[in-house]
Amino acid sequence: MSKKTPLTLFEKVWNDHIVLQETKSTPAILYIDLHLIHEVTTPQAFTMLRENSLKVRKTRSTIGTMDHSTPTLPVNKFKDIEVAGADAANQVRQMISNCKEFNIELFDFDSINRGIVHVIGPELGLTQPGKTIVCGDSHTSTHGAFGALAFGIGTTEVGHVLATQCLLQRKQKTLSVEINGNLNNGVTAKDLVLAIIGKLGVDGGTGHVIEYRGNTISSMSMEERMTICNMSIEAGAKAGMIAPDDTTYNYLYDKPRSPKENDWDLALKYWNNLSSDIDAKYDKYIEINAADLEPMVTYGTNPGMVVNINDPIPINGDASHNKAIDYMEITPGKSLQNKDVDVVFIGSCTNSRLSDLKAAAHILKDRKVANNVKMLVVPGSQRIKADAERLGLNKIFKEAGAEWRESGCSMCLGMNGDTVDSGKLSVSTSNRNFEGRQGKGSRTILASPLTAAASAIEGKVADPRKYL
Amino acid sequence: MNKLTKIKSKAVVLKSKDVDTDQIIPARFLTTTSKKGLGKHLFHDWRYNEDGTDDPNFILNKNDNEGSEILIAGNNFGCGSSREHAPWALLDYGIKVVISSKIADIFKGNSLKNGLLPIVVTEDILSMLMDIPRPYLSICIEKSELTLPNNEIFQYEIDEFSKYCLIEGIDQLGYLKRNINLIEKFEEKRLWTP
Ligand code: SF4
Repeated sequence: MSKKTPLTLFEKVWNDHIVLQETKSTPAILYIDLHLIHEVTTPQAFTMLRENSLKVRKTRSTIGTMDHSTPTLPVNKFKDIEVAGADAANQVRQMISNCKEFNIELFDFDSINRGIVHVIGPELGLTQPGKTIVCGDSHTSTHGAFGALAFGIGTTEVGHVLATQCLLQRKQKTLSVEINGNLNNGVTAKDLVLAIIGKLGVDGGTGHVIEYRGNTISSMSMEERMTICNMSIEAGAKAGMIAPDDTTYNYLYDKPRSPKENDWDLALKYWNNLSSDIDAKYDKYIEINAADLEPMVTYGTNPGMVVNINDPIPINGDASHNKAIDYMEITPGKSLQNKDVDVVFIGSCTNSRLSDLKAAAHILKDRKVANNVKMLVVPGSQRIKADAERLGLNKIFKEAGAEWRESGCSMCLGMNGDTVDSGKLSVSTSNRNFEGRQGKGSRTILASPLTAAASAIEGKVADPRKYL
Repeated sequence: MNKLTKIKSKAVVLKSKDVDTDQIIPARFLTTTSKKGLGKHLFHDWRYNEDGTDDPNFILNKNDNEGSEILIAGNNFGCGSSREHAPWALLDYGIKVVISSKIADIFKGNSLKNGLLPIVVTEDILSMLMDIPRPYLSICIEKSELTLPNNEIFQYEIDEFSKYCLIEGIDQLGYLKRNINLIEKFEEKRLWTP
């Protein structure tokens, strides 16, 4: 019997979706199983369809939500208030009418299914192992936590997928990131992924699809795995993937849109063959020992500028390092601990799931947010919001002095009016700390929900471990 | 899209360096929902006075530049954000080719996706072109050749697929649509569709 070439998880999913192989002069045609759309990156794509009298090829594989420019104020006010700014309102209105015109299912304001696009896909069971998933948003990599090949695309490509259910793609290289050992108390998946980005650098993953492996990953919950895959893009990678296992299947089993009955058995059989073959080769390897890690915080203006919370900020660096130090108004050679904080944001597709909210609430219970701090807690979806309220987490946050909002991207990119004022410093559980990302002139420290909550209490960047 | 095999045109020379996507098309025009009509906002803040009238000093507003299909610009053209509106605006204005000594990667990718040809030339060639008020250039897509005003020929780089799309007059969507029968077959033969 001839031996088959051992394949990685990525290669298996890639091969199963090839409509036409790539050649030296032509890219591959890759079939897309699930296309998630939101209000910001779709208007031109729909116009293109209209102008060319094209239809959406597979409406069943296309799902819409509204998250980027939607307000996070209470839902009963949605209909009465203007969505922040006329532009945002216009985008939301267009999204509603486009989905109607092209017969696409949209989770509108009053839907319990509405939420951040990368939170609701998994939550509904739409995100499944072995699928190809795209969305006009770079953090589509989140869905890779299920063993899907998921990546962000531009508006032109959104049009391609709407019209043909396919994309032109060049095959990426593979990068194995192997993590073994136990994370210490107070060290979370967010700290791990920040450490990975710190090690790889913001372009270390360029041209690659990362596969996260090792016993640290296999003992993680789906929510933790999503946090990891979410930030693959911050290391420059196109996508991040984790092989599906029993944790994945248990998570998916009773989700509303997961395969049912006979389909479940068929799916399971397929999913079970997706893991990388034992002797599969990757183009690049790195290894990390989980037990070495501590809570991490970013100090600069890209996610690769990251240190252990107790370590001093590097003194020497290149021009962009120095520019970042100036912008952030921090002191090299000193740690960030005790640096005054103005805003704390718990939310975004990185850290807005129930377990993230629970972690923050655990620290905030019977404690108060410091007077000088404005704290916003924004659940990732309406369903998470409802679940959290059932557990009374909203009460804990409110009693501590934090604001409890409707779901959405909110302060992650400040498109809906939830912004950090110029010059203010925010500790945020989101994924990007670029200059002005959270509002013009805003400064951002990325951290875990635990670190964010501890910092809210002290009004300063704080190590969460003393509260655990 | 029309088939593009040869382009012969006077070029507009924009001497500025590091022209970023915000200058090509300012962010406040991104809320439009069509690619069409973006051409009138191309280089908006350079092209128009505060009161909306044309600034006669801006190069695009000089009469003899009307109808140019080629834009020559200073080093590092198209840097900044990944917005696809930048190539859309250029194309809608009527520009088919952008020439510079460096063109930002994302802009280059977005351009080729939409049928705008980016040509990277040497610093020397660029400075020579910059010294001629309205250089007349011809481009042979088939051979990837740019013929300079002194009749010298410069061989530019382009990937095979983008070249094919330009010659065939299709964009990426056109290429995908050509293969729709393969897509149908693929959908039919899939054992288990999620
Ligand atoms: S939460 Fe932030 S990163 Fe995630 S989809 Fe929204 S804007 Fe993008």
